[in-house]
Amino acid sequence: MTSDKVMVHVDHLKKNFGALEVLKDISVDIHEGEVVVLLGPSGSGKSTLLRCINQLEEATAGTIVVDGIEITDKHTDINKARENIGMVFQHFNLFNNKNVLENITLAPTTLKKCTVEEAKTRAKKLLDRVGLADKSEAYPSQLSGGQKQRVAIARSLAMEPDVMLFDEPTSALDPEMVGEVLDVMKELAKGGMTMIVVTHEIGFAREVADRIIFMDGGYIVEQGTPDEVINNPKEKRTIDFLNKVL
Amino acid sequence: MIKLIQTYSPMILGALGNTVLLCLLSLCIAMVIGLLVALLNVSRNRVCNFFGTVYVDAIRGVPLIVLAYFIYFGLPAGVKSIGQGILNSGLSGVMGGFGTSCVNFRLSAIQAGTAALSMNCGAYMAEIIRAGIESVDRGQMEASRALGLNYSQSMRLVILPQAIKTMIPSIINQFIITLKDTSILSVIGFAELTNVGKTIAGNTFKSLEAWTIIGIVYMIVIITLSKVAKRIERRLKND
Repeated sequence: MTSDKVMVHVDHLKKNFGALEVLKDISVDIHEGEVVVLLGPSGSGKSTLLRCINQLEEATAGTIVVDGIEITDKHTDINKARENIGMVFQHFNLFNNKNVLENITLAPTTLKKCTVEEAKTRAKKLLDRVGLADKSEAYPSQLSGGQKQRVAIARSLAMEPDVMLFDEPTSALDPEMVGEVLDVMKELAKGGMTMIVVTHEIGFAREVADRIIFMDGGYIVEQGTPDEVINNPKEKRTIDFLNKVL
Repeated sequence: MIKLIQTYSPMILGALGNTVLLCLLSLCIAMVIGLLVALLNVSRNRVCNFFGTVYVDAIRGVPLIVLAYFIYFGLPAGVKSIGQGILNSGLSGVMGGFGTSCVNFRLSAIQAGTAALSMNCGAYMAEIIRAGIESVDRGQMEASRALGLNYSQSMRLVILPQAIKTMIPSIINQFIITLKDTSILSVIGFAELTNVGKTIAGNTFKSLEAWTIIGIVYMIVIITLSKVAKRIERRLKND
């Protein structure tokens, strides 16, 4: 599935929160169609890296290029660039004042990507794809965690992004609902979506990831195929981490 | 007492109308001021924060009665002396018309009263709206921005509609406070309820009766409002 085209290019990225250096020097290329899983202990900077890629966190130094657009450049229209970068959050963040259908159609219609009718048709197709065709009129408060997260994925897909970022998408879910969300993500990966996933689901990483990046202390410690990183880790910090979570 | 009511009821009703009018007008303007100042205060821009904070602190730091005196008496006096300054200086040739209108500048009691009450209520409204905006989970803004919506689209379509729900009880409370605050404007001679109460008490020397009637009129209006507020609040909770 992976092509030669670099979809996300991160070059010497640094991110500080005040005096705290969260990302110290990150350089990585992610190719079109690649599924990359970021692993690492909490506080290692995984989520921050993800949030830098769509500039929810402004990079302190370094460059990030997504699909040919340098999003760390001050002159870039960041709103336009974000249309191409989907993001799924740990706490779903569905718009509580809108029903499922409105959640999905809000961005495409407001940003004039298509007409209201087209947006609705597309939203219904997406809901069908995530297995929630019957929930289009429901409000977020009426959905289970797993359903909310599937709607959130559909909402991101409605903008037809070329890259999807997943920030611990299953961490806030009851165990029995993790599977339904991972299944949707697996389908997405099979369809050739470029995905960057922060997760603690080692099973998912092993099965779906093309590459695993292990981070600690603001650096990339080790990266490679799931077999290399999970089954035969070389770095001590990776081994320690895997011993704790496996 | 009955006779007093019979004689003065047109005056009292007129004053009630004035009170409600002043209150409604001020509230509408205060909502606009409040929204703008709240947006300044929740913005990430330090300069915006500065002006928002200065407004809220300044207005909340001054009693309404002082603000009313300032606008009704102080402001025209200031404008007048500027006008005289223009007329007495070499500028009278070019700006003579402007100078004359400055000298003749006057504010009616309702203009000054509305301005004072709007500015005062606006500062409190700003704090209510700011708290409402801040009560909305940060993730809502992030999700909206991540989809490509800009700040003002996110504010308008996602944040404010959710914030309004939590704000409504406080806004209704502020409405009641503002209604009572109109009585302070009796000092600049605006013919609202309290001012008319003074007139009646002065004319008839029946202070007890006059103030009882005025008090009851206030109470009826405010209790009715509170009941309506409770009902709206309950309906919102059930949503």
